[in-house]
Amino acid sequence: MTQDLLYSVVGVALFGIGVFGVVVAAHVIRKLIAVNIMGIGVFMVLLASAHHGAITDPVPHAMVLTGIVVAVAGTAQCLWLALRIQLLDENEAGESTQ
Amino acid sequence: MMSWDAVYSLLPLVVGLPLLAAIACALLDSHRWRVGLSILFAFLQLSIVVMLLLAIQHSGAGASYRYALGGWGAPLGIDLVVDGLAIILLLITALLVLILSIYSAQYFSAPNKAAGFWPLWWLLVAGLNAAFISADAFNIYVALEIIGLSAVALVALTGTRAALTAALRYALVGLLGSLCYLLGVALLYRAYGTLDLVQLASTVQANPLTWASLALISVGLLLKTALLPLHFWLPSAHASAPAPVSAVLSALVVKASFYLLVRFWLEVLAPATTEFAMNFLGLLGATAIVWGCIAAFRASRLKLLVAYSTVAQLGYLFLLFPLAAASDISVPLIDSVSDVAGSAALAAVIYFIIAHALAKAAMFLAAGNIQSCYGHDTIDKLQGAARSQPIAVFTFAIAGISLIGLPPSGGFIAKWLLLNSAIQNGQWWWVIVMLVGGLLAAVYIGRVLTIAFAQTVAQSGDKMSTHLLPRGLAMCGLVLAISAVLLGFNAEPVLALLEGSAQISSMGAGGL
Amino acid sequence: MFISLEFQQQNTNEKELSRVTCWLLGAIITALSIALTIALLVTDKAVPGLADLAAKNLDISGVENPVTAVLLNFRSYDTLLEIAVLLIVAVAILPTQSSTTTQFLSVDDKIIISPVLVGLLKWLVPLAILVGGYLLWTGAYSPGGAFQAGAVVAGAGVALSLAGRHDFLWQTTKARVALNLGLLVFLLVAAANAIVTGTSLQYPVEHAGWLILVVEIAATLSIAAILLLLFVRLKKIAERSEQEINQ
Repeated sequence: MTQDLLYSVVGVALFGIGVFGVVVAAHVIRKLIAVNIMGIGVFMVLLASAHHGAITDPVPHAMVLTGIVVAVAGTAQCLWLALRIQLLDENEAGESTQ
Repeated sequence: MMSWDAVYSLLPLVVGLPLLAAIACALLDSHRWRVGLSILFAFLQLSIVVMLLLAIQHSGAGASYRYALGGWGAPLGIDLVVDGLAIILLLITALLVLILSIYSAQYFSAPNKAAGFWPLWWLLVAGLNAAFISADAFNIYVALEIIGLSAVALVALTGTRAALTAALRYALVGLLGSLCYLLGVALLYRAYGTLDLVQLASTVQANPLTWASLALISVGLLLKTALLPLHFWLPSAHASAPAPVSAVLSALVVKASFYLLVRFWLEVLAPATTEFAMNFLGLLGATAIVWGCIAAFRASRLKLLVAYSTVAQLGYLFLLFPLAAASDISVPLIDSVSDVAGSAALAAVIYFIIAHALAKAAMFLAAGNIQSCYGHDTIDKLQGAARSQPIAVFTFAIAGISLIGLPPSGGFIAKWLLLNSAIQNGQWWWVIVMLVGGLLAAVYIGRVLTIAFAQTVAQSGDKMSTHLLPRGLAMCGLVLAISAVLLGFNAEPVLALLEGSAQISSMGAGGL
Repeated sequence: MFISLEFQQQNTNEKELSRVTCWLLGAIITALSIALTIALLVTDKAVPGLADLAAKNLDISGVENPVTAVLLNFRSYDTLLEIAVLLIVAVAILPTQSSTTTQFLSVDDKIIISPVLVGLLKWLVPLAILVGGYLLWTGAYSPGGAFQAGAVVAGAGVALSLAGRHDFLWQTTKARVALNLGLLVFLLVAAANAIVTGTSLQYPVEHAGWLILVVEIAATLSIAAILLLLFVRLKKIAERSEQEINQ
């Protein structure tokens, strides 16, 4: 098994683990971590496809960089929404106890 | 006389203008300037798209144009491509964006909400247009993310717990979908060394890897299109968004991922598709029609009903795949012109997309007006709405006619074309599904209208009249609903326009 | 304790799945992953992808680092849309109230923090900005570039925010310009290119180097501002320190 094939297979495995996490986990933070694991799996497959012995294909590297930025944006948005829901719940709980 | 090539060089503006509008709306502090500029930009966008449409028509049926961004050309650079199918979606987008911008200008009168709305609105439009004209698989991923993230942010604008939860679920599903899509693209790049759709279409072979990436891309896009088993996120997200956002989500956003599915299944990865898989998609679509209608009938809230109706209407679109498989337009790169039945199915589905976009947007605006007038949208408590909100209920009824598929509406023509195509292909079982779907739609729309026209018994009529909305809000919905019906009266010119677009092979014509 | 309880409710209205369902889903996903792996193993990789083509055109791209060439020249459209993606989240998280102050960075000297921390910040913040500048510059020749530089510069802001004395006012015009600058400059350069070369995003070969640098500097600023905004706003809402966050 060559090195890049090993990376690809591990990438697919990570992707599978991530999908499992997204589907099964109930907690929003767990789901988000799982989505990020999926992302890393995809990035590994991309990086492995850039490896051609001596020469390296820069296009997948650029795609991964773009993908990371998009992942940051998506994660931040989900965190923001989750925290706002939590804040609403707390305010509601605070009002009902008063 | 300006040459048509010069018109084509305006193509990048279709994405550039909305981005510029987004920046302007984000930088400007004045509510009036934001609104004024937005409507101006919407007009500009529409006129550019109309010019592109004329250029495409001038070039003849099946024409397409490729624009090599950066001058590199595929596979190193990213190409934009516009053909009949893309231009129709650009046109309906530009039209709806103009009307919905006018509506939103009045809907978001509070400066705080508006400050958040306009930049996101234009970013969403940029994403939609980018997805329609991209010829690069990875670029489509970025466009999908723009659509997904801005749609989520727009849903969250309502700020209620229900809206935030719906937005969060929508965001997670969106991320899951786009990552599935991205893995599919990564596998394609690994195997074929290019991201350009046309080059992929000419080199793709039917092997396990292509099947795997087709499956991943399809799951990703189906999640975003909300086909039946993957629709769970749609009703809450579409129902809890602000009215103009619901309208654009149902009318355009889900159609963008459907459009990409059509591109991948009938064009890019066509060699790897099987008739069984196409029929399976059709079966899911048929289930979605029936189930969506039943869920719409049982919905307790008006906007939820309209959202479930979207689930049902999306089902019709997927009947394209079995019809296309039977008539074999799935090898369009060779010759699709010869196959009348297959392109008839595609023309029918495009017609359906236009009719549904207009009618559903009208319906959401009407539902939004009723909601902001009553302060709720619980269907059982809407007695007398026909008297207090005549225009909104009238809009709802006309849009309903098109959704049910009654003549002379656009929805009728679309369904009639689809029925014809099914009969031509000898697939009568889809005909039954379509007729049942129409009947069920009549039932759930009838239910709303019966309640709306019921005599008010214990309603405090005076209280309602104090909540009267600006007339413009009601008129925007009415204009959309009437255009949905007019689409049926003017079927001929629209069909002529579709004729060229139905040959989706055109996408390859310019580039190979 | 209370917070963790709250977080337990913090799901997307989904209940914990039963053990049997978990195993079943696990089995299905494992099977699909194995199928995917087999599909990968039986299919050859395209050799050598776009590596040759990128290398051949590197000389006229205006930069020497192939990844930067792909990001900011060959496939610069992707990068443009990527900055738009960041802007979406920034706009979604941005506070909507307009402010009266013009100062972006405010310091509250009354908050007492450890002198060691003050000393550390004095060194760390300028150093981070310097490193960011270096990363931006070196991106033309070796690994580095706008995103890396922006992330490091944002780190300087994060350090300030964590120390507790500094606050960022995102409603100010300066802040809004910083957030939008990257996309705006990118669009303007693309439009200028279209006028000069006739094709959008096509750099004139002799000017490609500095034009790319201009785009990158603006992008770095915006990326740094947006990443910092994301951190600061998420931190504030997590600490419940800002009432109006609820809107």
